[in-house]
Amino acid sequence: MTVIHTLAVENLTLGYGERTVIEGLDLVVPAGRITAIVGANACGKSTLLRSMSRLLPPRAGQVLLDGKQVHRMPAKELARTLGLLPQSPIAPEGITVADLVGRGRNPHQRMFSRWSAADDEAVAAALDATSTAVLADRAVDELSGGQRQRVWIAMALAQQTDLLLLDEPTTFLDVSHQIEVLDLLTDLNQARGTTIVMVLHDLNLAARYADHLIALADGRVHAVGTPHEVLTEETVQAVFGLSSRVLEDPTSGRPMMLPIGRHNVVAPV
Amino acid sequence: MSLLATHPTGSTAQAVAESRARRRIRRRTVITVLALLIVAGYLVSLMVGQTNYSPADVLRVVFGQDVPGAGFTVGRLRLPRATLAVLAGLCFGLGGVTFQTMLRNPLASPDIIGISSGASAAAAFSIIVLGYGSTAVSIVAIVSGLVVALAIYALAYKGGVAGTRLILIGIGVAAMLDSMTAYVLSQAAEWDLQVAMRWLTGSLNGSSWTQTLPVFVALLVLAPVLLGQSRNLSMSQLGDDTASALGVRVERSRVIMIIAAVGLIAFATAAAGPIAFVAFLAGPIASRIVGPGVSLLVPAALVGALLVLVGDFAGQYAFGTRFPVGVVTGVLGAPYLIYLIIRTNRAGGSL
Repeated sequence: MTVIHTLAVENLTLGYGERTVIEGLDLVVPAGRITAIVGANACGKSTLLRSMSRLLPPRAGQVLLDGKQVHRMPAKELARTLGLLPQSPIAPEGITVADLVGRGRNPHQRMFSRWSAADDEAVAAALDATSTAVLADRAVDELSGGQRQRVWIAMALAQQTDLLLLDEPTTFLDVSHQIEVLDLLTDLNQARGTTIVMVLHDLNLAARYADHLIALADGRVHAVGTPHEVLTEETVQAVFGLSSRVLEDPTSGRPMMLPIGRHNVVAPV
Repeated sequence: MSLLATHPTGSTAQAVAESRARRRIRRRTVITVLALLIVAGYLVSLMVGQTNYSPADVLRVVFGQDVPGAGFTVGRLRLPRATLAVLAGLCFGLGGVTFQTMLRNPLASPDIIGISSGASAAAAFSIIVLGYGSTAVSIVAIVSGLVVALAIYALAYKGGVAGTRLILIGIGVAAMLDSMTAYVLSQAAEWDLQVAMRWLTGSLNGSSWTQTLPVFVALLVLAPVLLGQSRNLSMSQLGDDTASALGVRVERSRVIMIIAAVGLIAFATAAAGPIAFVAFLAGPIASRIVGPGVSLLVPAALVGALLVLVGDFAGQYAFGTRFPVGVVTGVLGAPYLIYLIIRTNRAGGSL
């Protein structure tokens, strides 16, 4: 059902103004898997994600989708294959959930074309998938943070892309809503084979939900691979400058990181 | 979660389609009612005045027959005036709502942030000081409108454009340009109240076909351009990143929208002056009537036309003295501006 797409970054250099954020970066996004990008604040995670979705032109190097440079692709053609949910999208005042989700259909519509039955179905499928159908006629401004984030994900789903990039989809959510969003994305990945790339702050959630981790430090890839390969005490020390213990999570068998601060440490390290 | 359903349960799809249909019907009804009101207002403006004429007389004049008395009053005085009222109103409404939607702030309308003031100052200067004809005036007005828009944008640019900064800078620029208009008027050899009122608040007094024609042509060319951007405009409400991720070429579409909107405002201003607050009021009024989630371009254009038409008619006949249309729309607009500022203040916003 899902076409296999390859997304790769070659020798990519990115920056704003004088400042270089990412330098000479290479990486390949595994198709049909969930990839999480982790790293310290201001290490270039969001910048990388923005550039992968054409929002930021590279200083050097390229982003390739199926071998084509994304920065040279027609905007709508790219938007039918690759979706992006920015960190803090803006909902217009008073817009209803159904209407906001409907905006996700834009890349599938021509300038003056009528709204089609296929559009309605895509919107309905997105609402059903995110359990937001009951909210369809509510105004987005009235929703709780968790509901709102599900609505934004529904909008990205209505776009029906085979690749979905998300910039910190769990920020501002309490822990149960974080899990809800990550479960939803995993459902999507398993049901449709959608390739998911997300920036995550929480290392443990990244290790729990991602098949593939990319740890960035100082604009470079520090470690890449499965959660077991990447989430080690050495990597946490190198990437975050933090000493920690990494144990096996008894529920998932994935690695789990416990930070060690200066206080309240009783057990010998 | 029911994600595995690739085909949604029919009921959700049906509900989605129904709610979309409801909004479409509401918008269509509003557009029809507004259009009928404009036609009615237009006919009344032609019929009623110092001397009243029957609908039959008016129709005969409109279709080019010679009717004694009515031929001059209706054909030469009222017809161009009412036509310019509708055309200028459409331009102000379209231009205003484009800016307000694009910059996501109702205060960001061209008559608040100095674009109308720029076109007006330039038009006043080229008519009074340079003695230009109507084509040259239109060109000067549109060029100045664009230059002012660009200048405000550049002044407000600091790693991206924040709406509030742009609005504050625009208000400052508007004040400067308005004082320029006042200065030009004070330098005029024959100081004429009618001329002064036109460039200060906007007026339709003494409208002729030579003023009306450029506005008509501008509307014919630029309105379709804006309507073609309608979907991009509603996408831009989601923020640049989201719009871009949904396949909108944000920068290109913004440039097209700014040029088309400024063009409409400038042409209308060159003909009728900066009719106060029409661009500012049309969008929010239209949005209240049509409800959220539909394109406001056409409804706002119609509201603009209705405001100018009714404002001008009221200004001429509703009070003891004849007021220019800008005074009437200004009286309507000022309280709304205050209301907006109070509301944003209550909501804790900075503008």
